[in-house]
Amino acid sequence: MVVTCRIIPCLDIKDGRVVKGINFLGLNDAGDPVELAERYNQQGADEVVFLDITASKENRSMLIDTIRRAADRLFLPLTVGGGIRTIDDIVMTLRAGADKISINTSAVENPLLIKEAAQVFGTQCIVVAIDVRRHTSRYDDHTPVQLSDGQMCWYEVMTHGGSRSTGIDAVKWAKLAESYGAGEILLTSMETDGTKNGFDIPITRTISESIRIPVIASGGVGTLEHFYDGFVFGKADACLAASVFHYGEMTIRDVKEYLAGREIPVRPV
Amino acid sequence: MITIIDYKTGNSGSIHNVYRRIGLESRITSSPTDILDADALILPGVGSFDRAMQNLEEMNLIPVLEESVLDQKIPFLGICVGMQVLAHQSEEGNRNGLGWIDASIQKFEMSLIGEKKVPHMGWNNLLLRKNDPVTMGLNGTERFYFVHSYHYTIPTNAEILATTSYGYEFPSLIKKENIYGIQCHPERSHSSGIAILRNFATMGG
Repeated sequence: MVVTCRIIPCLDIKDGRVVKGINFLGLNDAGDPVELAERYNQQGADEVVFLDITASKENRSMLIDTIRRAADRLFLPLTVGGGIRTIDDIVMTLRAGADKISINTSAVENPLLIKEAAQVFGTQCIVVAIDVRRHTSRYDDHTPVQLSDGQMCWYEVMTHGGSRSTGIDAVKWAKLAESYGAGEILLTSMETDGTKNGFDIPITRTISESIRIPVIASGGVGTLEHFYDGFVFGKADACLAASVFHYGEMTIRDVKEYLAGREIPVRPV
Repeated sequence: MITIIDYKTGNSGSIHNVYRRIGLESRITSSPTDILDADALILPGVGSFDRAMQNLEEMNLIPVLEESVLDQKIPFLGICVGMQVLAHQSEEGNRNGLGWIDASIQKFEMSLIGEKKVPHMGWNNLLLRKNDPVTMGLNGTERFYFVHSYHYTIPTNAEILATTSYGYEFPSLIKKENIYGIQCHPERSHSSGIAILRNFATMGG
């Protein structure tokens, strides 16, 4: 008996609506995050992530309302990220019904937020999301990561939705986040995100082997095998995907049946 | 009525939602009168040990809880941190727990769990050790959602109804008379968790 590998659909939400296109038949309102989350719930998702990409103050209440409605209808864990900057933001999000919160830019700008949040809410509900970009030149004192072709590189932490460089070494940042009380790392590689060529295995594996908290691999899923690779070669504890599920290219049930067939432990649908 | 204790830390709403979904009435409250008048009590748990105990103390809930649970023997279920605070103390914090269960709370022993990650996060089994009405209808293969870094030591005055294996086995469902404690989150464990919450509710009549 082991803890199962988790499959997590991620919904990008803007102004209360799912933004990435979706292709589900039988949904009354394809843009409603709650209805879509409920569909994933039925398909056997192990958790659901809501990522608010508006994250402006005035739309906060809309997101809170969405979380509240989702928590009403989902009986599985819900993580919410995007625009969370203060302990008060976290209180509001958890009270609305989220089980975990995810912080990204705000954690880089103020790493003590991780510590404070973990002390108040417990380390298990603080997810630190890290967006990374690969650099193949000049890795100096950065953590070297070997690519599959043998080339050495390092990974930099990016903030503000991947638009801003920080110069921070991703592996060191993951370790620091862990030491400050992060309960989980959600790792998105900008090298692979949106490519459908599979997760960025080298950095996923390096970070997963460098820390003792779970790592969620994110960015790049195109095939069923990519999930297998994420767990087996990337050493991820969970795999997250958005568009392949939203566009109906595969269902969560497909993924779980495929993984079970290759002897990866999954929670049956 | 099934009474879910709001002590400003738990995810009381999601338990309430489960009961609404299965057509059972429940209320979320921190009122001493409601707690004394409950048919069944649930102490939810999200958060750290010290924060949970601090809130129980500051909200002056401990005397009423002791009256209803220890004296009136009202069925009680503690979930996750709500289970952990029943013990004497925890490696997670400095405060004393309620001390209803003779046990303490320890961190996962990293040297015994190999390469496994902590928190223990995800879907795992309840390995049933004893039959009990609260696990009626379950056969031990169901998956439940766990998310925790600390767990019970073996209690000396309570029964272990189920253990869970994560590198080694730890008590994940315990019982002492009318008091139950469960480490996973039944309110987040889909149909298997709903079964446990339903079973527990029937004990309150």
